[in-house]
Amino acid sequence: MHHPRPIDRPFWSPGVLVLLGVMLAGGVALMVRFIFGLGYATNLSNTNPWGIWIGMDVASGVALAAGGFTTAALAHIFGRHAYEAVTRPALLTAALGYTFVAFAVFVDIGRSWAIWKPVFFHNYNSALFEVAMCVMIYLSVLWIEMIPILAEKWGSKIRILDWFNRKLSSFMWIFIVLGVVLSCMHQSSLGTLMVIAPTKIHALWYTPFLPLLFLLSAFAVGYPMVIVETNLATTSLGLSSEMEVLAPLSRFTIVTLGLYMSLKLWDLVHRGAQSLAFEGSLAANSFLAELGLGVILPWTLLLFPSVRRSRRGLFFAALLIVGGVLLNRVNVFLVSYTPQTGTIPYFPSIGEILVTAGAVATIMFLYRTLVTFAPVLSAPKHEEMTR
Amino acid sequence: MTIARRQFLKSAGLGIAAMAAAPAHAWESKAPDDPLGCLVDVTRCIGCRKCELACNQVNNLPAPESSFEDMRVLDAKRRPTAGAYTVVNRYYPGPVGERGELVPSFVKVQCMHCQDPACVSACVTGALSKKENGTVHYDVDRCIGCRYCMIACPFEIPAYDFHDPLTPQVRKCTFCLDRLKEGKNPGCASICPTEAITFGKRSTLLDLARGRIENDPSRYEKHIYGEHEGGGTSWMYIAGTPFAKLGFPGVPLEPLPRRSETIQHALFSYLWSPALLFGGLALTMKMLTGEKSNPDKE
Repeated sequence: MHHPRPIDRPFWSPGVLVLLGVMLAGGVALMVRFIFGLGYATNLSNTNPWGIWIGMDVASGVALAAGGFTTAALAHIFGRHAYEAVTRPALLTAALGYTFVAFAVFVDIGRSWAIWKPVFFHNYNSALFEVAMCVMIYLSVLWIEMIPILAEKWGSKIRILDWFNRKLSSFMWIFIVLGVVLSCMHQSSLGTLMVIAPTKIHALWYTPFLPLLFLLSAFAVGYPMVIVETNLATTSLGLSSEMEVLAPLSRFTIVTLGLYMSLKLWDLVHRGAQSLAFEGSLAANSFLAELGLGVILPWTLLLFPSVRRSRRGLFFAALLIVGGVLLNRVNVFLVSYTPQTGTIPYFPSIGEILVTAGAVATIMFLYRTLVTFAPVLSAPKHEEMTR
Repeated sequence: MTIARRQFLKSAGLGIAAMAAAPAHAWESKAPDDPLGCLVDVTRCIGCRKCELACNQVNNLPAPESSFEDMRVLDAKRRPTAGAYTVVNRYYPGPVGERGELVPSFVKVQCMHCQDPACVSACVTGALSKKENGTVHYDVDRCIGCRYCMIACPFEIPAYDFHDPLTPQVRKCTFCLDRLKEGKNPGCASICPTEAITFGKRSTLLDLARGRIENDPSRYEKHIYGEHEGGGTSWMYIAGTPFAKLGFPGVPLEPLPRRSETIQHALFSYLWSPALLFGGLALTMKMLTGEKSNPDKE
């Protein structure tokens, strides 16, 4: 196995410049939000108080960062060391992803400067309180887990990093286990959020099993997300594809996605809501897309060893799963949200879209920066393979 | 590999078994015994909007776009906003007058001050609270502006200062808490010229409502909206036509926080499940990886 190392490629590429452009546009939209207020920058209203910053950035962001804790569990806790190669990039994605989530919360809440208040004012009845605390602690845990990687590169220059790294190494197992526990807690509690609003959530999604469905889908999307991002990174950086790690990884997804699919289908039929899926409305079609294209199709595809072994096939199946879980979160928080007094359906404003796009670009920019200079990726370069 | 898988299944099985045996505390209502409330008699309301005026003055709200005497605003259906904690809407639910004209009904809308409020259960920091006297109180000093209360409220009442960039507040009927403390009635109840709003103890109001319905069954629907809706509310309504025709949202009869709080407490009281999971995973890690000191080492 190759040891993770900086990729040592020229940093400034056309892609990086595009990212900077999008970040700039997002920055302008962000200024508009903080100068003129949420009402000016967003399409939020009294009937639709949550938009894509919560439904997409926070809810989907947390779900798609699940690669971090699922790979850590596999390689570090269940001792499957063959998968070590993907733990570092997955950890980096999770750390960046949760930073992005915290940032989205900061922008979305009206009193951003009061973001620290849940630390001192507790409401144990609130699912959102639990999510807030878990995300806050988990974000710290993720950056603690990042310390060995950062210290490996910069430890000789930044003494404090090296000192932390040496002090932490014997406790690192605590943070690894804690990371998995915290993830299980808030991944499920994100699903509990909408349980309190039965009159507003479409019956296709409203079920007391929402927390379990959110947890199982987070388990299911972890490895596909790793597959997607590894493919994107290795392709754009001209590295070897790491198929020897990714192909076996996808076999776990057959089990986790299968569990999620079974519970989702059972719950739907158990509540007698399946006929609603065919009523032809936007919500119904969005549900069919989420379930058919995002769960059933990729699960079936993954059953074929030929798909799992093919780079394109595996990438396509994983992309469907990632898209399916993303659509699920958007469906639960936005598409299914229909208050009885609502008159205009919510659609995100340009400002909301720009801030989200800018934040995603920032993540990609930071990912690119860190893999360029820090030892994150293990894949050898193409030219080394052919040499 | 098979050992790892067996081990995984074993610990997963243990986890599920423990979850099933979780300390399943029955959910308990935290509603005050006999709070204050208001009874709105829709059949008495003449749609004069005096309650809107009083509310505006008592709460120092911004001046409305058109005056409170302007009855043309009743042509559109309105909802409470950050600048108006109560609004009156006009409906034509069916009854026809002597000359064949439609008879309007007027419905005042404001926070229902639920007995077990969903907003209070949802609020991250406890900025919203249910007081012993029945008011659902908002403490801006705790609020972070997450707007989960607005998601949770089944009556779709809380409004938000969307145009304030840094210090927006959640806005809703305060039940004139400061006036209640001085022994006065809420602004709207004091000003109402037709006594459509009666202020008093909730139990007294329920008796009053039942009495009116019994004494004049042809005038009233046999339904007190708010007696059971959302587990019961401090504000209640009686009317001459079904409430669905008067713009009242359909709300489940069980307290809204019951389900989510039951889930939260079953899973997380005393952090039993995270602790169990932590122990299980740490043990698995020790058994399967042998050394836990530096898992990043190759």
